[in-house]
Amino acid sequence: MTDSAVRRTVFSVLGVLILIVMLFPVYWMVNASLQPSGNTLTAGLLPLDPSFSGYRRALSEQGGHLVTSLIIATGTVVLSLAIATPCAYALSQFRSRWVSIGLLAILISQMIPGIVIANALYQAYEKLGLLNSIPGLILANCSSGIPFAILILRSFMLSLPPSLVEAARVDGAGLLRAFVAIVLPISKNSLITAGLFSFLFSWSDFLFALTLTTKDGVRPVTLGIYQYLGTQVQNWNAVMATAVLSAIPAVVLLVAAQKYIAAGAVGGAVK
Amino acid sequence: MADGTLTRPAVRRWPRAGGRGRRGEELTKLLFVLPAAVAMIALFGYPVVKNLLMSLQDYGLRTFFTGEAPFVGLANYSAMVKHQLFSQAMVNTGLFTLGSIAFQFAIGLGLALFFRRRFPLSGFLRSLLLLPWLLPLIVSSATWRSILEQDNGILNRTLMGLGLLDDPVPWLNSPSVALIAVIAVNVWIGIPFNVTLLYSGLSEIPDELYEAGQLDGATGWRAFAHITWPNLRAVASVVLMLGVVYTIKVLDIILGLTGGGPANATQTLATQSYERSFVDFKFGEGAALSNLLIALSFLFAIFYLRGTRRAVDE
Repeated sequence: MTDSAVRRTVFSVLGVLILIVMLFPVYWMVNASLQPSGNTLTAGLLPLDPSFSGYRRALSEQGGHLVTSLIIATGTVVLSLAIATPCAYALSQFRSRWVSIGLLAILISQMIPGIVIANALYQAYEKLGLLNSIPGLILANCSSGIPFAILILRSFMLSLPPSLVEAARVDGAGLLRAFVAIVLPISKNSLITAGLFSFLFSWSDFLFALTLTTKDGVRPVTLGIYQYLGTQVQNWNAVMATAVLSAIPAVVLLVAAQKYIAAGAVGGAVK
Repeated sequence: MADGTLTRPAVRRWPRAGGRGRRGEELTKLLFVLPAAVAMIALFGYPVVKNLLMSLQDYGLRTFFTGEAPFVGLANYSAMVKHQLFSQAMVNTGLFTLGSIAFQFAIGLGLALFFRRRFPLSGFLRSLLLLPWLLPLIVSSATWRSILEQDNGILNRTLMGLGLLDDPVPWLNSPSVALIAVIAVNVWIGIPFNVTLLYSGLSEIPDELYEAGQLDGATGWRAFAHITWPNLRAVASVVLMLGVVYTIKVLDIILGLTGGGPANATQTLATQSYERSFVDFKFGEGAALSNLLIALSFLFAIFYLRGTRRAVDE
């Protein structure tokens, strides 16, 4: 091996070691979820004798909450994209002084703490009867989905040449038809990225679930975990099993859409 | 883009259809933006205004029954400042934000520089590193609570097994350590975000600069000080500003790890705002605290904007 090849191998090994340290908590979550109840935390480093009792308990106690989370997150994706996509197109292609005002508004919106939104929505929902409802939580979660989706989609649509749509317009297509027939199909990848992130934001939401529900009826899994943690924790294996189940969307996102994630993080933050 | 700006108004001056068609077109354009505008006003505009109003009102549990919320001037703000936990919450918010940002950024920058050295697996490892950032915060909180558990948690067991500790450290149960533990967990969560943004900033620095630097003897630390850092400064300041804005309002992690305890050692402005509104149902005072949070965020953003403008002017 040449000198530089040795160096590169050393770097690879070092990189793997760094990852082992950084991801140890994730591994520990999985390991603890596979322990029998009772002595979960005293477990060894490997689940040599895996027990699925934690998962059985998690599914029977939190299964419904997982479904609730799934419904809310899916609803958030649909509503966020439906609202954000036309706006992103407008902000990328229309010439108007309102464009920069709109962008500034989106950037400022990122500074508004969730607790501010929760404070106000609680009052509005109280009057509108949206407390303890799935539509109420979907709407609240759009507060993270919509601005992010607009930023991601716009940064992609900026690269669309205006001639693309103009050609269709010359053929007599209206603005709306040109948008649906040409812009949407071309933007597929960025729509997927924006949709995946909206899903994850909504799936991870804890604050709105905590503040905008007051009884058991509608309860996302994040709130289920919080309840587990609230009392003296008795069954760590069930808690960790629920945590693992709640982490699945993040892992799926990482595996399935790996190349979009970094793009999303960078696009949403910097552009 | 410049091309589009030039041709578009010209096209508009030669409308294909008559006046009605053009107005129809303007209407369609409006419809593209309208839903988002309404949503942004409902989800951000309304909350900000409502919080401002509520902070000036005696808005409490009684309001829900009587519908009355009499205006009380700045009483909520003076109650906020006089509250026994206010100064502690302020200090904790400062320590939490400063501590989190400093370590996230330093470690993030170190890792970004490390991953810039092209070696086998570097791209794969870098994407795996994103996992802590993608996990729901409450999942991370639950996991860390099990790791930091005093008697049986793996951290204390490991440290004692290695002989580094004689007695287990009550990471989350001792008022003197809890804030440090909470900051450490938040650093762990924030590192991937910092690495990703800083890495993309590093990738945009042209290789030629380093090649030219090498000829002038700028390698290693000197290359970092004279080439990397000056070129990374714009990205770094964005990362830091976003870090402050995101960290100052963190609530999930603290509620999940300690709930503000033990003995209020991890209370911040955000947790206090939550408690005042949704535990004590004093929405007026909760709104005053959350307005303070917004004001602090804006203050940082303005400093940041002024700083970058000055940097551009230079």
